[in-house]
Amino acid sequence: MFTCKSLQLGAQAIKGLSKASRILKSTSPALITPRKSYVQNLRLPGREPFSTTATGNAEAGNEEKQKITVTFVDKDGEEKQIKVPIGMSMLEAAHQNGIELEGACEGSLACSTCHVIVMDVEHYNKLEDPTDEENDMLDLAFGLTETSRLGCQVIARPELDGLRLALPAATRNFAVDGYKPKPH
Amino acid sequence: MAVFRSMIARKFSSATVQSLRVCVVGSGPAGFYTAEKMLKAHKGAEVDIIDRLPTPFGLVRSGVAPDHPETKIVTNQFSRVAHNERCSFFGNVSLGSSISLHELRQIYNVVVLAYGAESDRVLGIPGEDLKGVHSAREFVWWYNGHPDFSKLTLDLESTDTAVVLGQGNVALDVARILLRPPTELAITDIASHALAALRTSSIRKVYLVGRRGPVQAACTAKELREILAIKDLYINIKEADLLKTSADEEEMKNNRIRKRVFELLSKASSSGAPHPSSGQRELHFTFFRKPDKFLESDDRSGHVAGLQFEKTTLEGRDGSGNQIAVGTGQHEDLNCGLVLKSIGYKSTPVNGLPFNHSKGVVPNIRGRVLSSDLAQPEDGLYVCGWLKRGPTGIIATNLYDAEETVASISEDLEKGELTSTSSSTKAGREGLLQLLESRKVQVVTFSDWEKIDSEEKRLGSLKGKPREKLTTWKDLLEVTTK
Ligand SMILES: Cc1cc2nc3c(=O)[nH]c(=O)nc-3n(C[C@H](O)[C@H](O)[C@H](O)COP(=O)(O)OP(=O)(O)OC[C@H]3O[C@@H](n4cnc5c(N)ncnc54)[C@H](O)[C@@H]3O)c2cc1C
Ligand code: FES
Repeated sequence: MFTCKSLQLGAQAIKGLSKASRILKSTSPALITPRKSYVQNLRLPGREPFSTTATGNAEAGNEEKQKITVTFVDKDGEEKQIKVPIGMSMLEAAHQNGIELEGACEGSLACSTCHVIVMDVEHYNKLEDPTDEENDMLDLAFGLTETSRLGCQVIARPELDGLRLALPAATRNFAVDGYKPKPH
Repeated sequence: MAVFRSMIARKFSSATVQSLRVCVVGSGPAGFYTAEKMLKAHKGAEVDIIDRLPTPFGLVRSGVAPDHPETKIVTNQFSRVAHNERCSFFGNVSLGSSISLHELRQIYNVVVLAYGAESDRVLGIPGEDLKGVHSAREFVWWYNGHPDFSKLTLDLESTDTAVVLGQGNVALDVARILLRPPTELAITDIASHALAALRTSSIRKVYLVGRRGPVQAACTAKELREILAIKDLYINIKEADLLKTSADEEEMKNNRIRKRVFELLSKASSSGAPHPSSGQRELHFTFFRKPDKFLESDDRSGHVAGLQFEKTTLEGRDGSGNQIAVGTGQHEDLNCGLVLKSIGYKSTPVNGLPFNHSKGVVPNIRGRVLSSDLAQPEDGLYVCGWLKRGPTGIIATNLYDAEETVASISEDLEKGELTSTSSSTKAGREGLLQLLESRKVQVVTFSDWEKIDSEEKRLGSLKGKPREKLTTWKDLLEVTTK
């Protein structure tokens, strides 16, 4: 009933996104998934913030060491560079820095509005593979590309320093393609 | 040129700052996203959202399944919009009965219709009116405590078999609610009358029936994965149905959702037990069947006792490149005591609104409502959400949809089309409230809704539920006057 229109992989690749030739990694879907309870906090289980040796040891005082630089590129191509503490999700970081990334379900992996496009394949490959649940939501993201991820599931880690994320030009996608209703 | 442009800008901004009165009809995702974007794009806009219910959020409250609390978190964002000082919510105000479209257009510069789809497609086959045949919409409203359907009499105790027609996400929702152990539903915000009925339900088998095959199933992987994971559920998918033709392969090739849905179905078919154990609940995916007629019970007159199906096969392509199910002339009966039709929601028009009856939507170009002869846009009248594009898509679809409609409004404003007319100063909110008062309409404001909200949460906490919905008009309206 509410399947969204077919998504053209890669077709929406935005300006500056390097042409990734690799095929979207698909993890084989497991049939049994643990049910989420209501009291559960908003982050997914198994997605604990990455801890580095830098945190909690002698270097802990060095703020810069615990932060990485991330650049967000908005729909009009405008760039904004921010510092993101290790362990923080890109959704949270965007919101703290006034970047307009939607997050309708506040990071509980139920909406796909936090969709971001990783702008270079090298960084994309450094990310952990999306879980089946993330892929399920990515299925429904507008303007999906081969290096799309959900912002609430991308957690800052030292090796992601220099990460560039584009906000998809979903409006254009929606308007130009039009919307073909399906019976259900 | 530059001077010219700045002149326009000045004219435009002064007009908007002083007098842009906007009314959004419907407080579902389309309505709230439209309000949010309008408030942001036009600093002078005053946006009033009206809804026929005393409660906001549309299908997020009355459609989204009770066991999907994460999906409802978006109401936080909508509540922030409602708290914007330039935004007001007026519930219990129905377009078409409390106020007419003509009146609204008199009072506001801009009217955006986002009142959703509150009717159903029909099959148009014999027996559709038999007792025990319902639309999924009615069933969903019933378990979600919509005040129009809390009194629905649903008999879940005279049969062990339910048939759900359709294989989209709504079909999966209703099947899941019928099959999930009630103890698991007891900790959701499901309506208490529904929980009580499900606790004593005798339904053990649910058939999900589709005209086409597993490659064409209209559900998404998320919903499918969830129903397949129900505890101790026997799943039946015929292996023969999973054989793909080259046309199927073609359909799947560029469609990530269909590919992943098919994978899940194949896996479920091969990994399940060969037979159900005794008393086990069963879910049957039945493909390639098209309903011919509903069969009446011999001993309970006026009641459904089953369905006759025609087997189908796929042929050719429709306009969208999808294969079409055609009958083979072979028929088959299936006994059941409950049928839920999940074949699509449908919008209804109000007086004075151009309407495309075959598509069940308001004719529009990028959200601008077109006149009945489709010749030109109606002045200051816009549409968004299911009323605009039909009952498809997820909540987020309405976000992009609202962006499109608001972009059209902004363009028209820039052209001076909405504020240059003689009646550029519109009564707006005051005008609306005056009219409603003269008609003795009990308006429910957002802070009134917050009283309902906290009462529901309080009642819920007594039962270990996130909320206990108030499910009658009387109860809902009473709380607001406390
Ligand atoms: C059963 C079901 C389950 C769903 N589950 C999900 C899900 O899990 N995730 C997801 O992303 N999407 C889900 N959806 C889809 C999602 O709910 C819709 O995309 C969305 O609600 C459509 O928004 P809308 O604002 O157009 O309509 P609606 O949400 O229907 O809002 C319309 C509003 O208008 C009001 N109204 C109606 N008539 C009048 C009138 N005459 N005057 C004033 N007000 C009026 C109604 O009371 C309602 O509040 C589901 C849909 C259904 C049917
Ligand atoms: S915020 Fe909803 S999926 Fe990320």
